[in-house]
Amino acid sequence: MAIIIKNGRVVDPASGLDELMDVHITGEIVSRVAPDIPVEPGCDLIDAGGCVVLPGLIDMHVHFREPGSEDKETIIGGSIVAAKGGFTSVCTMPNTTPVIDNQALVRFIKLEAEKGPINVFPIANITKGANGEEITEMGELVKGGAVGFSDDGKPVLSSILMRRALEYARMFDVPIITHSEDTLLSDDGIINEGTTATLLGLKGIPREAEEVMIARDVLLARLTRGRLHIAHVSSGGSIEIIQWAKSRGVQVSCETAPHYFALTDAAVEEHLSMAKMNPPLRTEEDRIAMIEGLRSGVIDVIATDHAPHLLNEKMQELEYAPFGIIGLETAVPLVISVLVKQNGFSLGAAFRPLTINPSNILGLGRGELKAGAVADIAIVNADKKIRIDDSFIISRCKNTPFMGMELYGSVEYTICSGRVVYSAGH
Amino acid sequence: MNGLKRKDILDIQSLTTEEISLICQSARYFKDLFTRSVKTVPILRGKTVCTLFYEPSTRTRISFELAAKRLSADMINVAVATSSVVKGESLIDTVHTMEAMKADYIVMRHAASLAPHFLSKNIEASVINAGDGFHAHPTQALLDTYSILEKKGTLEGLRIGIVGDIKHSRVARSDMEAFKRLGARVVLCGPPTLVPDEFKIYDVDISYNLDEILPELDVVNMLRIQKERQKGSLFPSLREYHRQYALTGERLGRCRSDIIVMHPGPINRGIEIDHLVADSPNSIINEQVTNGVAVRMAIFYLLAGGTPLDEMEKV
Repeated sequence: MAIIIKNGRVVDPASGLDELMDVHITGEIVSRVAPDIPVEPGCDLIDAGGCVVLPGLIDMHVHFREPGSEDKETIIGGSIVAAKGGFTSVCTMPNTTPVIDNQALVRFIKLEAEKGPINVFPIANITKGANGEEITEMGELVKGGAVGFSDDGKPVLSSILMRRALEYARMFDVPIITHSEDTLLSDDGIINEGTTATLLGLKGIPREAEEVMIARDVLLARLTRGRLHIAHVSSGGSIEIIQWAKSRGVQVSCETAPHYFALTDAAVEEHLSMAKMNPPLRTEEDRIAMIEGLRSGVIDVIATDHAPHLLNEKMQELEYAPFGIIGLETAVPLVISVLVKQNGFSLGAAFRPLTINPSNILGLGRGELKAGAVADIAIVNADKKIRIDDSFIISRCKNTPFMGMELYGSVEYTICSGRVVYSAGH
Repeated sequence: MNGLKRKDILDIQSLTTEEISLICQSARYFKDLFTRSVKTVPILRGKTVCTLFYEPSTRTRISFELAAKRLSADMINVAVATSSVVKGESLIDTVHTMEAMKADYIVMRHAASLAPHFLSKNIEASVINAGDGFHAHPTQALLDTYSILEKKGTLEGLRIGIVGDIKHSRVARSDMEAFKRLGARVVLCGPPTLVPDEFKIYDVDISYNLDEILPELDVVNMLRIQKERQKGSLFPSLREYHRQYALTGERLGRCRSDIIVMHPGPINRGIEIDHLVADSPNSIINEQVTNGVAVRMAIFYLLAGGTPLDEMEKV
């Protein structure tokens, strides 16, 4: 089965390509990227006029809640939502019930994902039971399909255990992905410590709760020569620490989420629990630091930290509502609107953190759009406005502070391994 | 102006300065009622007031209850021993139940900041915040403001000290906002662990030394110190706290002779305030309680669309 994508602006961040080109797909593989590819009889034609043709997006940080909380989301359901957002690969975080600390569970996720439209790469736990006491059977987990290790949702508080994890994981060449937070310092805080928290009488989480742990983690990565990836960076100070570590050759990469470059803690007053996540939204200074960190490349990856929660859980007192927002369907509109339109990012620079960078960090062998590559493709109309509302969001949980917003950037098609897995009313 | 053009009383920030003045002005008329043998007026006849307290409180709840009863409202008192989470029913469901029973006013106290704001976005009934978390206690601030006005005639140019655990105090947040609106200068006093620098955004002064600020104060509001704060190492011992920040008889002797001593209650005698001071002629602590009923009557009256009471001889 062949597909030809005509008249699109092909952007491949890995090679720097940004030109009007056609893309020819044969089976699961991109067979040609060239101008004016003739339409053969019998092949499917996609007219991408006015659109950007990108490598399929990769979100290395999602919560699909299965096993354990299938009422919130499932592996298949989450995959359908991801495809709608332009994603062809996602990495599921292991804080499910039970947690993903043995090979059978990794295999379960892979098996379940085969029924869905896109690639799912499981991340397994660093510690057994995510209890921060003993490292998991990392070799067995990697054999089962794990692409990285994380106790996401909580930090590895013990420094010696973190050291061992970074050392041991070296032989598999996979990253240790940290939720860097000194939970004793965050002390049951709810939102960023600062003006908004003071005015609203809410317990604050100081940025230092994130920064001190990142400082520890990069120093341990230096000590062990292990591979460290820091999840959901939210504070400008963290970027400075990571930059320092990178400049000294520490093997560290990091990600931020679209909400950290789109919003500040001021959003809490209006959106209440819909703007509650951990780490919390910070200040305008931090928001700008995320944008500049992405521009300079200190921040390698944009990942959504897609975290579905039921409406009845979010419709509670702010203090009692769970942390987290969904992000798969708002990522492309936020990247286009905030990074490209407002901050002058090239399309290549804006989507590098969603394609080749996460692929390289995790060794996925995807995230490129060139002849011979796997045909994972997202076609985006960057000039088309979309309105985020109940009918736009297909995720069964609609916990997002972006509800009601009008943004640029509409995902028109998603193609995974040569198969159209999403199309917007075409 | 015709009453308060709003559904809810959530915090001082959302009130205009005119509304704050109007409430205080109206409270005076209701206070006059208390000297009569019949203290009840039919202003809220046929209306239903529901008090919903998710945190223990005696004086605030009784004050609202008495205010509603003196206005002839029907009263339901729902005492929730613990949070909605522990109880099993969500806050929103509990309140929808009250609404289904046609409650007109919901007076709520809640340990979680912004709980009344969350409610007001989701229900039709009027929500009156009787204290939410560390965030706001607008009716306390209004009665404090009224009490100072009654004694001093104005707040313009007054130097008002608020002493104690500012960080965890909804009273302090609402008080400083109200006092500043009416032209007072506010100084916060306590240890840095309880008076963080962030409070400077309120445009107030901060002092760690009570002895330094006391002589210049026209009003001092002593906040209740929560004994459990000591466990979080916010101060080392009640003894040391008392040494540094308690209003003792000796300290009162170094104040202006006409200083007003206030306390939102309940008092920890011998911790933040010595009993001789609490009972001294400078103390208006009991008067604050009386005024609380009058101010809350004024709030109900104005929320119900009542007109300013200037023109009314009698209510």
